[in-house]
Amino acid sequence: MPDPVFPHRHLLGIEGLSPAEINHLLDRSDHYVALNRAAEKTTDALRGRTIVNLFFENSTRTRTSFELAAKRLGANVINMQVETSSVAKGETLIDTAVTLNAMHPDVLAVRHPDSGAVKLLADKVNCGVVNGGDGSHEHPTQALLDALTIRRRKGRLSGLLVAICGDVLHSRVARSNFLLLLTMGARVRIIAPRTLIPSQVDRMGVEVFTDMAAGLKDVDIVMMLRVQNERMRGSFIPSVREYFHFFGLDRAKLAQAKPDALIMHPGPMNRGTEIDSDVADDYERSVIREQVELGVAVRMAVLEILAYNNMTAPARRAAS
Amino acid sequence: MSVAKPGRVAYVNARVIDPASGFDGPAQVLTSGEEILDVGPKLFDGKMPADVQVVDCDGMCLAPGLVDMRVQLREPGEEHKESLKSACEAAVAGGVTTMVCLPNTNPVMDDEPTLEFVARRARLLALTKVYCYGAITKGLQGKELAEMGLLSKAGALAFTDATKAVADAQVMRRALQYAATFGLMIVQHPEEPALATGVMNSGEIATRMGLSGIPREAEIIMLERDLRLTAMTGGRYHAAHISTSDSVEIIARAKKQGLNVTCDTAPFYFSLNEMAVGDYRTFAKLSPPLRNEQDRRAIVEGLKSGVIDAIASDHAPHDQDSKRIPFPQAAFGGSGLETLLAVSLDLYHNGNMDLLEVIRRLTVAPAKLLGLEAGRLARGQKADLVVFNSDEGWKVIADAFKSKSKNSPFDGRPVQGRVLRTVIDGRTVFDALGAQQPAQTVRRAAAKT
Repeated sequence: MPDPVFPHRHLLGIEGLSPAEINHLLDRSDHYVALNRAAEKTTDALRGRTIVNLFFENSTRTRTSFELAAKRLGANVINMQVETSSVAKGETLIDTAVTLNAMHPDVLAVRHPDSGAVKLLADKVNCGVVNGGDGSHEHPTQALLDALTIRRRKGRLSGLLVAICGDVLHSRVARSNFLLLLTMGARVRIIAPRTLIPSQVDRMGVEVFTDMAAGLKDVDIVMMLRVQNERMRGSFIPSVREYFHFFGLDRAKLAQAKPDALIMHPGPMNRGTEIDSDVADDYERSVIREQVELGVAVRMAVLEILAYNNMTAPARRAAS
Repeated sequence: MSVAKPGRVAYVNARVIDPASGFDGPAQVLTSGEEILDVGPKLFDGKMPADVQVVDCDGMCLAPGLVDMRVQLREPGEEHKESLKSACEAAVAGGVTTMVCLPNTNPVMDDEPTLEFVARRARLLALTKVYCYGAITKGLQGKELAEMGLLSKAGALAFTDATKAVADAQVMRRALQYAATFGLMIVQHPEEPALATGVMNSGEIATRMGLSGIPREAEIIMLERDLRLTAMTGGRYHAAHISTSDSVEIIARAKKQGLNVTCDTAPFYFSLNEMAVGDYRTFAKLSPPLRNEQDRRAIVEGLKSGVIDAIASDHAPHDQDSKRIPFPQAAFGGSGLETLLAVSLDLYHNGNMDLLEVIRRLTVAPAKLLGLEAGRLARGQKADLVVFNSDEGWKVIADAFKSKSKNSPFDGRPVQGRVLRTVIDGRTVFDALGAQQPAQTVRRAAAKT
């Protein structure tokens, strides 16, 4: 039987998930947090199963996190790093899917620089797919690990006031996070210069701020986003110096938030660009390290559930 | 040419629709050889001459063959996407008897030999009549003017840089001036390229999907600039495939001012909106992008009011390798020839326009814009006809297209209106009821009378 609460074959995004499904994934993740902190960290939940990390974009952190998660579940894991540039495409994504099908994996963790590419692949493979980040679209396991971090610290998600600051326009982390937080009944503000705010994002239910002091007022959670350096050279932002002055998180700006507000960052951080080291390393309020730790647990929960759902759905597998 | 000259053919029992004369009613059409000999409600007075082949239209509509003023050819250069032969076969299946092709072939149609190559190949096929636009600028690079005067002598009907806008205002100004020297029309893809770096319409849906947006203003700004240049130069300007409500207003205003301005749109823009892109459907990745519902409605209104002069298919064939890839990488454009009539007839079935008016935008209106003697049923005209059932429902199955490329955003859509027969220069070149043996169908129809 597929998982009764989360019966899906794939996890492609947060959009469309119900609060019950999200809570279920978080509960299962909590279970693995405990395992990860024990001396014996490995189970045989997915013994004999094959997990493939298929990364079309450079990543160390997310790939390592998926790899560790798969290994702790006792699965066989292989990493495929595929170089893609829009110039030299070579094998198409659909060719890749056909190749992978021949290897009979159970779950693929896929990252791709193009929005929608992971879904395209999922439509063509006969195994489960977890989206490890597609373009500027979604990064669901990041949103889940962020939610888990908040839930463990604050005891709830509902009713919290969360500020997401920085390059929302290009950020899949921001999209998945505000979709999840809004679904769970939190209030979400996004704070950025207008060049980095997506068109009509307010229609998705977030409140838009362009001033850090106003946006951070009384928030429970401050989520900082990474700003890519190539966007800092005059195209979206005049300079790093100017960005940090207005939108970098430092003590003074943070003073607007609630005294017990948590500081989060999906990593890797640009210290001195979007966040001051002093704030990032504040061991009382920064939960950035904890996010990384919980990421492994969340990915274990997701891989386990997807592997089971795909194991027990032979009819659907054959159909695709 | 090896094609046998047809004798006299009478098309009887038809609802004849001729927008040029405003006629819509039961009538007969008599053709002789390549030409129309007569059209009228009481042609034969009940007595059919013995030497006439009779085609019983069975009460169906008979109209001038469609004139499609915006088709992308892929020959020469990208024959794996579409050859002239497959394009012409698709066209006749769609009731299109005349099509005007964009110069974005490889090599570009910016010199006489390329233009003549296409004309000669099309003549040999003897299917849909193929005309071409010439390039405004050499290599469609937007910098140096192409030889518009000589190209027009070689047969180019008007000038355009195809799917690229002439972005440089000075180049556009001079193009309008220079073309006006010879009384030639400039056709623009109205889109400011600096604003059009995205892959779909800007807005909530693009934001949700994490796709970069092309704002409506990309089209609006370019149109407003171009109309200033048209007023300044006294040139002849045509905006291709307009897609926003503001574009309709801007063109309406320019026409009121007396500028020599016209425009067209494609079925995509009055029958679909940006929702069609949902789930990353690359077949709905078009240029300009599908806009919001309010824009779609404004385009319908623009057609109704006559601000939009013509409907063109904007046929842009692409192979699987260009479309079955992640959305941001996929090519822009949709196949359109074989759905042009049926999707346009939505305007009639939804009660927005009379059948006569829909047919006008597909026949005589574009023909007039381009100075073509086509798209009308009158004595002495070439016998280019389409017989269609305006009501028959069918489902678009792109895999069944004659076109080599199957990238239709209408794939799977139920439509109403089917092409039954296409006649070019008096010859039946497409017959839906007996595609293999058109001659037999003629005999069968004759036996009934």
